[in-house]
Amino acid sequence: MEQKRFHSVRLERDKCRACTNCLKRCPTEAIRVRGGSAHIIDERCIDCGECIRVCDYHAKVAVTDPLSVIEGWKYKIALPAPSLYGQFKNLQHISQLLAALKELGFDDVFEVARGADVVSRAIRERLKKPDLPRPVISSACPAIVRLIQVRFPDLIDHIVDIRQPMEVAAMIAKKEFARKHQVEEKEIGCFFLTPCPAKMTAIQNPIGHEKSAVDGAISVMDIYGPLSAALRKAPVVEELQTSSDFGVGWARSGGECDAVCPTESMAVDGIANCIRVLEEIEDNRLNGLEFFEGAACTGGCVGGPLNFENTYVARNWIRRLVDIRNAELNVEAGMMTKYNLYDSRRILPNSAMKLDDDLVEAMRKMERIEEIYATLPGYDCGSCGSPTCRTFAEDIVQGNAREMDCIHRMKDQLRVMAQQMVDIAETTRE
Amino acid sequence: MGVLIEKTFPVEAGAYETAGEASTTIKRTLKQLGVGAEVLRHVSVACYEVELNLVIHSLGGELILQVEPEKVTLISKDVGPGIPDIEKAMTEGYSTANEEARTLGFGAGMGLPNMKRNATEFDIQSEVGVGTTITMSFALK
Repeated sequence: MEQKRFHSVRLERDKCRACTNCLKRCPTEAIRVRGGSAHIIDERCIDCGECIRVCDYHAKVAVTDPLSVIEGWKYKIALPAPSLYGQFKNLQHISQLLAALKELGFDDVFEVARGADVVSRAIRERLKKPDLPRPVISSACPAIVRLIQVRFPDLIDHIVDIRQPMEVAAMIAKKEFARKHQVEEKEIGCFFLTPCPAKMTAIQNPIGHEKSAVDGAISVMDIYGPLSAALRKAPVVEELQTSSDFGVGWARSGGECDAVCPTESMAVDGIANCIRVLEEIEDNRLNGLEFFEGAACTGGCVGGPLNFENTYVARNWIRRLVDIRNAELNVEAGMMTKYNLYDSRRILPNSAMKLDDDLVEAMRKMERIEEIYATLPGYDCGSCGSPTCRTFAEDIVQGNAREMDCIHRMKDQLRVMAQQMVDIAETTRE
Repeated sequence: MGVLIEKTFPVEAGAYETAGEASTTIKRTLKQLGVGAEVLRHVSVACYEVELNLVIHSLGGELILQVEPEKVTLISKDVGPGIPDIEKAMTEGYSTANEEARTLGFGAGMGLPNMKRNATEFDIQSEVGVGTTITMSFALK
């Protein structure tokens, strides 16, 4: 079990109007409306950011680091997500964007797309092992990995044990910078420019390993303004891009499949779609599938809630920047052995959906849930503050709601009481 | 008296569009009860196969889930047509799936063998003109 649960996704209570939009969209049923505002059940939240997207009142926010975080470090390296390249309309060369980043106070830039090159190679190797359960599932989207921990614990063995491109990029960036400039690694801070809250959480609270090599996450939204200004002034003086088009392609859904296993693979985007396909994988319905790439956001990372540009526009810019027909991964000799690319810790199931640790007790609770559920109207209206009638019944049994929180049950009760009052009035008149 | 959870799911013949729904609910129930990953995986596979069998081969029936502290049991009961030769039906690759089912990619003849492989105990009883009952149990450690 994780000891401390950091979450990037938070609620700003004073902005919340206690509507049911987020309630309905949460893929792990982690939100309840109680006492006039929403609240997030920490144990269940996977930081996917669906609630941020659907909140009309902007009451759901993602906590990331401000750009000023880099000032605390002697040497600062920017780690741009591949999806950052899709945020600028007239970007001709990726190198130009990388040069602009240096203007913002970073001593160096290391592309996460190059980390993706290395990770792609590592996954290709893993796919040669016939004993890994198929399909092998990508570990790149932390929200999907957490979704599997919460809702598909029996598929954990399928998740490839390779760290995310962001982690690999940070490891390589630090080592190369330290060697080149003869400085100590601990003086170097690496900052991921993130399209999503799940990555921030993955840095604070890594899943497959102890400590992240990344020292902070700055949201694309926060850096967009200064970066656009710097971009206008930045000349293309040097060829800074070292990533391959495969690595850059990871920005959008399907890019990882292209780089890793173009034939017997499947890329799914959008968390609800991922859930449907994971159900099928669980039932062994997808025979012959070698690799599954799931992205919580529509379109993949270009659809992240912290991006500036519209998902489809960004996806289109990425499409224009990459050409994978003749692409080759940029992985230097020795890179596969020099860095620890693999998970050092087993991914464990998250038991937040379990009714009880004790099976017999859980069965008793389930019996109670069925009894209560049978008395509910089944409208799934959300007025009680739980996402569905079924979760409401669960909440009652777990002591987190009362039957009269259901306005329909309350109405029935009032009708009975009103009738009783009429009856009393009639009898006293005679 | 032992504790018992029992849920019944009617399954309609030929209803390909809803095939898999009972399995999804059964999986959800077992996850909430905290059934371990390994058992869950076996039940998932067997459950989907048996549900699909009801859709493809039967004239309609039901799927019953029973959970006891020491085991999970799945029972599939249909109202016909019944299997004339069970031994043949249990052979890998043998299928009597009709054209429609095959067009949809089913009928590989792995249904019953897969169920048997995944269940701790497997039993099939069938009578032509009456119906088939498949009982599968999965031991909980």
